[in-house]
Amino acid sequence: MTKEATLEPELSHPMEELLRMDRIPHIWCPTCGLGTVVTAFASAIQKLEIGLDDIAVVSGIGCTGRVAGYVKIDSFHTTHGRAIPFATGLHLANPKLKTVVISGDGDLISIGGNHFIHAARRNIDLTVICVNNFIYAMTGGQVAPTTPLTANASTMPYGNFEQPFSIPYLADSCGAVYVARWSALHVRRLVTAIAEAIAKPGFSVVEVISPCSTLYSRRNRLGTGLDLMRFYHDNCEIKHGADTRELEIKFQEKITVGKFIDRDRPTFVQSMNNWYGKVFGDEYEPYEGAVE
Amino acid sequence: MPQDLPAGPKSTTAKYWRKPLDADTVKVPHGELHIVVNRCKGCLFCVEYCPREVLEMSQDFNVKGYHYPEVSKDDACVNCGLCEMLCPEFAIFCVLEEEGGGGEA
Repeated sequence: MTKEATLEPELSHPMEELLRMDRIPHIWCPTCGLGTVVTAFASAIQKLEIGLDDIAVVSGIGCTGRVAGYVKIDSFHTTHGRAIPFATGLHLANPKLKTVVISGDGDLISIGGNHFIHAARRNIDLTVICVNNFIYAMTGGQVAPTTPLTANASTMPYGNFEQPFSIPYLADSCGAVYVARWSALHVRRLVTAIAEAIAKPGFSVVEVISPCSTLYSRRNRLGTGLDLMRFYHDNCEIKHGADTRELEIKFQEKITVGKFIDRDRPTFVQSMNNWYGKVFGDEYEPYEGAVE
Repeated sequence: MPQDLPAGPKSTTAKYWRKPLDADTVKVPHGELHIVVNRCKGCLFCVEYCPREVLEMSQDFNVKGYHYPEVSKDDACVNCGLCEMLCPEFAIFCVLEEEGGGGEA
């Protein structure tokens, strides 16, 4: 029955209209969670019924950076760490465009860390999907700013002694308006979170804990990505509205997931229009984008 | 005793301790699974997390050399779509079968 199904040309996978099928199969390893994140993102677009011309994806470098190449919507694969600055420019030229940044923890939080905090501070209307696999996976498993204490990495062969970042705490303290964390296993909740984050005006961050089977898991002897999925199944605790100071991820201990922050703040464009409206009065024409 | 209980909808093996009042009217959807065998990389996510345990790993290999999932209990799928969501390779999807769904008893 299954083999017949593959031969039927009229039936195709429902995600195929959102993917560049000429590039599939993708380069991600077996049991990597990134394909699941792409499915969740595509489902969120379908759920929101956004036109494919009204959304753009920007990625940086790394395993997650490949997402920009696989989705069949306007996308750009930027240099390392510079996904948020590129997306900022894209958003400011056309504020009506939904701009989504999908990138990894190393790209967004380490090399692009400064861009991340300043985009959150200015509350630029971006959606950031940060896929956290705890390591620099594409370049060979070097320690990342999210690697938990004592975890092994190729540049920390005796275990990591650097205090890691907690992405929700970082985003919250810098002023993000929507902060959630889910694992690649919580697909349905992840789709809801991504849809909410895209719909929310302002800087929204969704952290996705994703298994890295080839580097993180193998170096730390944690089995395959499936074993990590089982670990998320047993050890993720859902706590909506949890205090972001208590969201630190320790090596192979409980992971708190949920929607932590959902608040309203004027976005960058709104603040600019409000302020210049006050300063210049009726002379000022509110900015609504440079693109018709 | 469980064997004296009223049977659940046709497509399920569930038995109820107390028969729900709307058990006769609720139709359990039935999905037909489609597997793109040669796209699979054998991660087992679909087999592990199918709530109805519909899938099992095949003994055969696909062109990439991975074992791929097969439908073992054809009528048990309720079209929940979890395998489709979890599959990182876009290799499995289910289609709702309009007719022939269980639960019309």
